[in-house]
Amino acid sequence: MRYSQRFILLPLLAAAVAAASVAPAAAEAPRGVFVMAKALDDLISLDPAEAFEFSGVEVIANLYERLFDGNPADPAAPAGGVVESWEVGGGGREFTFAIRRGLVFHSGNPVTADDAVFSIRRVIRLNKTPAFILTQFGLDPENLDARVRALDGHRFRLTLDRAYAPALVLNVLSAAVTSVVERAAALAHERDGDLGHRWLRTHDAGSGAFRLVVWNPGEHLILDAVPDHHGGAPAIRRVVIRDIREPATQRVMLMRGDIDLARNLGPDQIVALAGAEGIATFSAPQARLFYLGLNQANPILARPEVRRALRYLIDYRGMARTVLAGRAQVHQAFLPIGFPGALEEVPFALDPARARALLVDAGLGDGFAVTMDTRSDPLALQIAQAIQATMAQAGVRIEILPGDGKQVLTRYRARRHDIFIGQWGPDYLDPHTNAAAFARNPDNGSDSADKTLAWRNGWAIPELTEMADAAVLERDPIRRAARYRVLQRRIQEDSPFVILFQEKALIAARDGVKGFSVGLMSDRTLYRDLSK
Amino acid sequence: MTDSSPPQSDGAVAGQPLGPLTADAGAPDDPLAQAVSAAAGRGSSRLIAILRRSVTFAITFLGLLLATFVIGRVIPIDPVLAVVGDHASPETYAAAHAAMGLGKPLHHQFWIYLSGLAAGDLGTSVATARPVIEDIARYFPATLELATVAILIGIGFGIPAGVWAAVRRGRLADHVIRVISLLGYSAPTFWLGMIGLLVFYATLGLVAGPGRIDIMFEGLVPATTGVMLIDSLLAREWEVFADALAHLVLPASVLGLFSMAYIARMTRSFMIEQLGQEYVLAARAKGISPGRVVWRHALGNAAVPLITVIALTYGSLLEGSVLTETVFAWPGLGRYLTTSLLNADMNAVLGATIVVGAVFMALNLLSDILYTAIDPRTR
Repeated sequence: MRYSQRFILLPLLAAAVAAASVAPAAAEAPRGVFVMAKALDDLISLDPAEAFEFSGVEVIANLYERLFDGNPADPAAPAGGVVESWEVGGGGREFTFAIRRGLVFHSGNPVTADDAVFSIRRVIRLNKTPAFILTQFGLDPENLDARVRALDGHRFRLTLDRAYAPALVLNVLSAAVTSVVERAAALAHERDGDLGHRWLRTHDAGSGAFRLVVWNPGEHLILDAVPDHHGGAPAIRRVVIRDIREPATQRVMLMRGDIDLARNLGPDQIVALAGAEGIATFSAPQARLFYLGLNQANPILARPEVRRALRYLIDYRGMARTVLAGRAQVHQAFLPIGFPGALEEVPFALDPARARALLVDAGLGDGFAVTMDTRSDPLALQIAQAIQATMAQAGVRIEILPGDGKQVLTRYRARRHDIFIGQWGPDYLDPHTNAAAFARNPDNGSDSADKTLAWRNGWAIPELTEMADAAVLERDPIRRAARYRVLQRRIQEDSPFVILFQEKALIAARDGVKGFSVGLMSDRTLYRDLSK
Repeated sequence: MTDSSPPQSDGAVAGQPLGPLTADAGAPDDPLAQAVSAAAGRGSSRLIAILRRSVTFAITFLGLLLATFVIGRVIPIDPVLAVVGDHASPETYAAAHAAMGLGKPLHHQFWIYLSGLAAGDLGTSVATARPVIEDIARYFPATLELATVAILIGIGFGIPAGVWAAVRRGRLADHVIRVISLLGYSAPTFWLGMIGLLVFYATLGLVAGPGRIDIMFEGLVPATTGVMLIDSLLAREWEVFADALAHLVLPASVLGLFSMAYIARMTRSFMIEQLGQEYVLAARAKGISPGRVVWRHALGNAAVPLITVIALTYGSLLEGSVLTETVFAWPGLGRYLTTSLLNADMNAVLGATIVVGAVFMALNLLSDILYTAIDPRTR
C-alpha cells in the first residue's frame, strides 16, 4: 500500500530534518571559567552554622574565612586565618584573639571582632549540626555572652570551661563552623529571630576569595572570584560546579571538553581514562576511613577471639588493589595519616588458618552466621562481597543486607545491626575528633546523651573513655600525640572496630588544569589557585 | 455508509449518552417550555456531573496524600538524619525532631500538613533548603518540556508505525516495527541514554551534552514559564533556543523511543482489530480509497482506546524518569522525587505527589473531552 508508506514517511522525514537542524554541542568550557562536575546531592545549606556535608563545607571554605587555617604540614600548629595573633591566659582557659587588619567582607565592610563574636554566638544559638564542635568547650546559650565577647573592634576573648590542650582549641577554631559571617548582612535578612539563617542557606556573607553568584539546586553553583581579595586575586575568574550525579556522564563530558575536571569518577573509569589523550588523572589522600563495626550486643561478636579472628579474614591488600584500585589505601588505625600521632603500621593481613584457630578457641570451629548492613552503592557492595568471600574461608557465613544509605544508618544508630560497613570522616583537624568517636563511650545505656561510634556498637569502655578525656587536657604536643598512639593501638588490637582503609579522592582533569588543591578534609579544598 | 462507522462496543462509554435521552422523554408539549426544560435539564445534569467529578477528585487526592504520608512515616529511614546528619549532638537531634513535629501523633501531623496546604504552604524541602512550591516551579517545567517533546516523538513515530505494521501484517515491515518496538520497550532507558551520549554527543558531537542549557547561556532569558524552549522564543533569543533544543533532543529521543514502542504496539493491535471488521470490508467494496479506509475509518475507531494509551504514557513521562534525568543531569521532577524519598524529605515527596496526582487527573479530564470530540455517542 503505497499511500500508507507515503503518509508514514512524511513525519519520519520531518523528524529527521528537525534532528539535523539541531545546533551541535558547544564543546570546551570558556576561558576564564572553570567548570567542574560534582555530585551535589549532599548540598543542603551554605550557612556555616549549619553546613556539615562534604559539598557544603567545601563551598563554604571558598566563600568565607575562618578564625584559623588548619595546617596540613604541621597539624599540631594551626596557622592564623582571620585571627592574626593570640594569647592564652586565665590558667589556660582564656584565649584572647586579635583580628587580622585589612580584611573586608564581599560587601566592602571591614571584618571586626564583633563579626567574629557574632559568628560564634549564632552557631551556639542556632544549635544546628556542627554546633557540637564548639559546645564541647562548655559554651551554651546561657553563658555565651560572658564566655565569648569582644574587647574592642579588633580583639575578642573566648573563655573555656577547662584548660584544654591549646592545639585542640586552635584546631577546633579552624573548622568551617568558625567561618566569620558579616553580622550586618545576616541581621539585615533576619526573620523571626533566625539570625539570618534562612537567607544564609542560599546566600553568602563572607570574606573569602570567591563570592556566591547563584546556587540552583540540582543544576549548578556558580562562584565568582573577588579580584581585589586581600590574599591576592584568584587565578580563575569564575568557578562553575555542575551537579552531575552519574559518574559515567561526568566521564563523557570530560572527554568532550564540556567540563574541566570530574570529581566523582570510579576506579574503573579512572583506569580507563589514565591513557586518554588530553586528560590527566591523579589522586589525593582524604581523611575518611572505611571500617567495620561489630555490634557487641551479638554474643558471638562480643567474644575477643571472634573480634580478632575477623581481622584475619579480610584481604585488605587485595581489595585495595582490585575493588578500590587507587580509591583507598590500607589503613588500620582510627587516626588517618596526616593527623598528629596517626599510626601507620598495618599488622593485619588475610590469614584464614590463624582465624580458624582463633574461632576454635572461641568454641566456634564450625563458624557462625551473621548479617552485614551495607549501603547499596556499587563500591560498598563490592567491598561487602569481597569480605563475604574471605570470611567464608573460616566458616563465617555473612548475609549482606543492602539498603539506602540513610536506611542502613538508621539501623546502625539504633544498634540493630550485627556488622556494619561504615565510613567515618573527622570533623576537624585534631586527633580528638576521631578518638571521641571510636574510643569514648561515657554511658552505654540506651538513653545515653553521647551516642558515639563505640556506643552504637554497644562497647562499654570506661578506661579508654578516661584516657581519651585525659588526652584533650594534655598540653605537651609530644606527650599528647603519644597518648593517641596508645589509644589507637588498643583499638587496633581488640575492639569492635576493624579499620580497613583510608580513602583517596580520584580526580580526572583536562590537560592544562593546574592548582586544584584537594585537602585532607573537604574544608581544605580550595579553588583560589585553579587555572587552565 | 457514514464516516462514523459504529466502533466496537466499549463498556466504559456505551451507557453514557442514555442520560439526556431519558430526561427528554418526559418533556411537556409546549416547544418553548420543552426547550427551556431540556436546557435546564442539560445544565443541571452537567452541574451534577461536574460536582460528582470534583468530589471524586477531592477524595482521590486526599487518599493519595494520606497514603503517601503514611508510607513516608513507616519507611525505615529516620527523617531527622536528612536534616542533621550523622554527627549531630543528641540536643541538636532532639531540637530538629521537635521542629519537624515528629513527636506528634500521625493524624495530628497529617492535619497540620493539610492546614498548611489549604493556605498554599507545601513546607520547606530538606534537600534544597527552599520552599517546596519553589522547587516544583523549578523542576516540573523541566520534566514537562522533556515529557512533551518525548510524547510528541512517540505519537509522531508510534502511530504511523503501528498503522503501517497493521496494514502490512505478517510482512517484513511488520516484523521490523515489532522488533524495534520490543527493543524500545525492553531496553533500559539508562543504558540507551549512556549509549546515546557516547555516540551522538561524545563521539559524533551532533547534540549538546547533559543539562538543559550551556552554562554560558545561563540566566540570559527570564524564566517566564520555566520551559526553556518557550522562554527563549518569548525572549527572541534564537541562540538560546537552539542550544536548549540541542540539549533536549537526545533525552527526549530516548524517552520518545520508549513511548513510541508502546504506542506503536498498541496502535498495531487496535488497528488489526478494526481492519478485520465488516464495515472496513463494506467501505472497500463501495470503492472508498484504501487510504481513507485506513486513516479515517479504521484509525478513527481505534482512536478512542489509543487516547487512553497516549494519556497514560504521557502521564508516566510527566512523573519524571529518574534514570534518564540522572544520566542527562536533567533537573526534573523524577530525580527530585526520588532524592526526596530516599531522604525521607516528606514535604518534598508530598508536594511532588500532589503535582503527579494533578497531572493524572488533568489527563483524565482531557481524555474525556477528547472522547467526546471523537466519539459522538459520548456527547
